[in-house]
Formats: sequence, structure tokens, C-alpha cells
Amino acid sequence: MPPSQPRNPSPAPTPAPPASPAVAAALRRYWHQNLRIMAILLTVWALVSIGCSILLADWLNQFHVGGFPLGFWFAQQGSILMFVLLILIYAILLNALDRKHHREIEQLSANENR
Amino acid sequence: MGVQAWTYLIVGISFGLYLFIAWISRVRDTRGFYVAGGGVPAIANGMATGADWMSAASFISMAGLISSMGYAGGVYLMGWTGGFVLLALLLAPYLRKFGKFTVPDFIGDRYDSNVARLVAVVCAVFISFVYVAGQMRGVGVVFSRFLEVDINIGVVIGMAIVFVYATLGGMKGITWTQVAQYWVLITAFLVPAIAISINLTGSAMPQIGMGSNLRGDAMPLLAKLDQINTDLGFTAYTAAFADAKWTRLNVLCTALALMVGTAGLPHVIVRFYTVKSVRAARWSAFWALFFIALLYLTAPATAAFARYYMINSLQGQTRADLPTWFNNWEKTGLILWFDDGDGKIRYSNRTDNEIFRTGALTSGTIREYAVEHQKWIDGTGGYDARERLRTAGVSGPDNDIIVLATPEMARLADWIIAFVAAGGLAAALSTASGLLLVISSSVAHDLYYRVLDPNATEARRLLVGRSVIGLAVVVAGILGIYPPGFVGEVVAFAFGLAASSFFPAIVLGIFWKRVGTVPAIVGMLAGLSFTTFYIIGNRFFDMPAWFFGVTAQGIGTIGMLLNFAATMLLTPLFPAPRAEVQAMVDTIREPEGFTPAVQIETALAH
Repeated sequence: MPPSQPRNPSPAPTPAPPASPAVAAALRRYWHQNLRIMAILLTVWALVSIGCSILLADWLNQFHVGGFPLGFWFAQQGSILMFVLLILIYAILLNALDRKHHREIEQLSANENR
Repeated sequence: MGVQAWTYLIVGISFGLYLFIAWISRVRDTRGFYVAGGGVPAIANGMATGADWMSAASFISMAGLISSMGYAGGVYLMGWTGGFVLLALLLAPYLRKFGKFTVPDFIGDRYDSNVARLVAVVCAVFISFVYVAGQMRGVGVVFSRFLEVDINIGVVIGMAIVFVYATLGGMKGITWTQVAQYWVLITAFLVPAIAISINLTGSAMPQIGMGSNLRGDAMPLLAKLDQINTDLGFTAYTAAFADAKWTRLNVLCTALALMVGTAGLPHVIVRFYTVKSVRAARWSAFWALFFIALLYLTAPATAAFARYYMINSLQGQTRADLPTWFNNWEKTGLILWFDDGDGKIRYSNRTDNEIFRTGALTSGTIREYAVEHQKWIDGTGGYDARERLRTAGVSGPDNDIIVLATPEMARLADWIIAFVAAGGLAAALSTASGLLLVISSSVAHDLYYRVLDPNATEARRLLVGRSVIGLAVVVAGILGIYPPGFVGEVVAFAFGLAASSFFPAIVLGIFWKRVGTVPAIVGMLAGLSFTTFYIIGNRFFDMPAWFFGVTAQGIGTIGMLLNFAATMLLTPLFPAPRAEVQAMVDTIREPEGFTPAVQIETALAH
């Protein structure tokens, strides 16, 4: 196999338009907010799937919800319900963040064009 | 009308429906062929992803596995759903914004190297073939039991159907067929579960019925199962880490490997290229897991009901009053009875167990055992075949019959039983077609067009795509007719490889701009080679599970960590990617609509 070489046609899609400092700052804010939402949701994900369903499962099994030992319920029902909920929350929050960011950018470019 | 007539009718109608959909959604260009034109609505894509994802393993085998594993069966439930959270948060929106055709496309472009692209192509093709082989076995099981045709004829019929709709419609045909297949498979799974739940516990929600008391009994079903299991020498159904194999660390590693593997499986990732926008990709991930959860929340209930039914309807029965389902399935060799001479069935986890399965043994061996065992019972020589079966590790019924036989155990109507057969076929065919498309796009797009002949015309690329998918169908059919004896073993491979190669490469590619070509390739190769070495050594060469007892199924987690570690340690030592590549990562991270989304057609028409 030949050593890897830069492929000829540039892989970069449409180059980003030159962004003004204000627009670049707005983009950075957007990205950091995105990362924060992601970090929080992934923490919940880990707490439920790794924490309640596995690491604490035998301890939680001493409690019962209806006919279910709790650790068993988390492993076979609760974790799945939580996963669906997490993606729903992510979709709602991120799509809202997108819209907010769009408004910000529109305002910025309107100001700049004035 | 008997079960068989109903099965012919329902399976026939469902196959006709798939072909009809294929005809109306046939395509003329590569964009339609690889990503369904990129215009699939989020909710339809969610259903298609569900059918794509839920394979013969999810539909036929999973509830059976949980039924025999109890708590530890949760690794499959969590593993095969939890990965969608990672997929939705870490991968799907960004890959949609990237907006090309395949996973190797992203790896090759982001790491600016054809070597990286080729590593990805090899992984994608290997993972997909391993997986397809499993689907074909599922098709064979369903056909041989319900239609009583030869397994090989069943595989050929299934392949012919996939061949028509995959070559005609590509991703577009596959997507809309999968939407139909989703409804067939989910109805086929839910209707029997609900009927059994009402029968056993009086609750119409299997998820609640599972935690309720049995009818006319003051004991919850799960407590009853704990007791039955303990009496028979198994570990309690709901107890965590009671089994020596399923230690806390092994449960953790296996669940994580399945989750990360799920997020890295190319046939699932590629589904997010087919929606209109990043926004739709996020919704599509939600709908996908929502539709998948309908089955995954029901499967543990089916597992618990089936365990109870099976033990209750068999234990202590004589040959004369055995239920019909037992006789039907005994013919397939998935459940066998070797009596100790008292004429009554006994199922247990001790040496007095009398229930076995064919497993990896040949039917010839089983026939020989049966003859010798009969001599032993009659006191005319022979030997106690149970000892040999126990040593061969084929104690207990095959997990695959649980879902397919439960409707018969519960004496549900014939048409429901027939519908379950159609559901199993839908699950196997939908997954097979998604995988075949990945094989086709990896070879025809990534290898042929991007590496070998970048000047190929659109018509030629479409022709190559169709030929490769046709060829892949034939290879998959041959794998189904002559299944490699180790299908079950190599599925662990698919997840291990996806977890240890794709997942870290894609995540770092999006979230760390600094990662260059060399660290990424070294990371992928490190993860891959460690995982491959461990799985092959452990499964085929009797290598002990020396990594703290982590089994082959869970080792992908360690491979993934190795990949992350190698890439991250090497990154500061090697140059950062070119400015164009960094700009591409920026574009992927931006919300859409600000800078124009990547134009797939122009991006490819260099």
C-alpha cells in the first residue's frame, strides 16, 4: 500500500465565508453551548446506564417497585425509557439553540450592513 | 385454515408488498441509490432505521437470550439502545452536515488520506458481511419451521426478494420497504406479547404485566421466576452478577462495547445521510430510538413470560402429554429430550437435566446419541448421551425458539403464529438489505469511484453500484446456504470492530480539529488489531479471557479505549491537518443555514 498522500481534489466542502469577529464570537458561543448541553445529557446517560443499571444494580435490587427489583428494572426497562427521553430533550434543546443562533447572526449581519 | 396456510398467505402478501414498494421507488441516479435523494422525512427515516437496526438477532434471538440470562440479558437491551444516545449526540447531526454518502467518505476526507479510507472500507465490508450471515441464518430458521421447506430454498427466496428491491431502488427502495417491514415486525412482536400478558397476568401492557402478580396467585411473576430458577439450580432470574461469567466488569464492558459498537455500525450511521437537514437528523434519531424502544421494552416481558411458560408446560410431562409446540420444534433440533429412564421431562442446571439442543453438533451425531442413549435406557449397552451433550455445552433449549414458539406455548390463534413468522422474515430481510447497501457503497463508491476511477460517469457509477449489490446478495445467499459454523462467534466481532475502529475516529474527527492523519490511522489499527487478536485468540484458540475476565463480546470497549489513547497521545507529535480540512470541520460544527450546507452534487463533481 502506498504511503498516504493528500488526495488531489480538495476534501473541503464550500469554504466558510469570511466571518466578522462578532459573527465568529457568536459561533464560538453556539459551539460551547452545544458542548455544555451534550456534556449534561451524556452525564445523565452514564449515571442511568452505567450507574443505576450496572454498578449499583445489586444494591438497588433490595428495593422494589411493584413486582420489580429496582436494579433489574433499570437494566431492562428504566434505562431504555431514559435513553428515549434524552434524545428527545437533545433534539428540542439543540433545534431551539439553532434557531436562536440564526436570529443572532441575522441581527449581526443586519447591523454590519447598515 | 391451519398455521401453515396462514403463513403462506401472510408471508406471500408481505413479500408482494415489498416488491410493489420497490417498483414505485426505483431510482435513476447515485444520490438516490446511496442516500435516497437525501429527502426522507424524519419520522419515516426513524421507522426505517428501526427496521434496519432490529435484525433477526433482535427479533428472534434476543428475548430468548434474556430468558436464559435473566438480569445479565440487560446488556443486550441497554447495549443495543444506549448506543443511539451516543449516535444522536456525538455523530448523527455532524455527519448529516458533512453530507456525503458513506462512513469511509468521512474518515477518508477528514483524515485526508486514502489509507484511512481503505482501512474504513475494509472494516465496513467485513462488519456488514459478518452481520448478513447472521440474518440469513434467521431466514433459514423461520422458513424451515413455518413453511417446512428446505432451509436452502428459503434462503434463495429471501435473497431473490432482496435482490429485486435493492438493485432497483437502492437506498430509496430499501428505505420505503423498511418502513413497511417495521410495521410488520413490530405488530408481529407486540400482538403475541400483549395476548400472553393478558393471559398470564391480566394486564394489557406487557411492561406492567411483567412486574405484576400471576393470575390467581399472590406472588409477582418475577419473584416466582427467581424461585423456579433457584429450585432448578440456575441463578435467580433478577439477581445481578450471580453468574460467574457475568461479573460486574464483564457486564459493564459488554454493555459499553455493544453501545459504542451500535453507534459505530456503518449501516445505522448511513441512515442519517438520507434525511433533509441536520434538524431532521436530530428528530430522526429520536424517532428511531422511539420505534426501537417499542420492541426493546417488550422483549424482556416476552422473555419472562416465555421462561415461565416453558418450564411450566414441560416440567414433569410424559411423552404422551407433551404440548404440540414441543413436538414441532423437536423436529428442527432446536430442543431435544434425552430421558433418564423415568419417562418424565426434567429441565435443570444440574446433571439430571434432560433438555438439550443440537447447537454446533451435527444431526448425525445427535441421531447416533439417540440410538446409544435408548440402548442405555433399555439396559442393552450404549451410553448415557446426556454426559456427552453436557460436555459439548448444548444443555437447555436453543434461545432462538423462545420468541417463535411462545405464541404456540400460549395457544394463540393460528394467524398470530403465522404473523410472527412474517415478522421474523421482515426483521432479517430489512437488516440484510441495509447491510448490502453498505457493502455496495463501500466498494462501488469509496473504492471504485473515490480511489480507482474518480472520472467515472454517473451512469457508470450507478451500474457499478447495482452490480456490486447484486454480487453481494449472491455472496450473502451462499453464506446463508453454507453458514460458517461460527456465525454466533463472529457477531461479537462486528461490534468489537465498530467500537474499536469507527467510533473513536469519527468522534475525534468532529470534536478535535488538531487530530491529523497519522495518529488517527495508528489509533484505528491499534484498536482493531488488539480487538481482533483477543477475539480470535479467545474464541478459536482457547486463549483464556486474561483481561480481568472480560469476554470476547466486551473486549471492544478496551479496544476503543486503546484507539482513543493512541490517537490522543500521538496527536501533539504530528502536524495538524491542512487548513482546508480544518475549515471542513468548522463547517460541520456550524448550525445549518448559516453557511450553505455542503452541496453533495457539486462537491463530488470535481
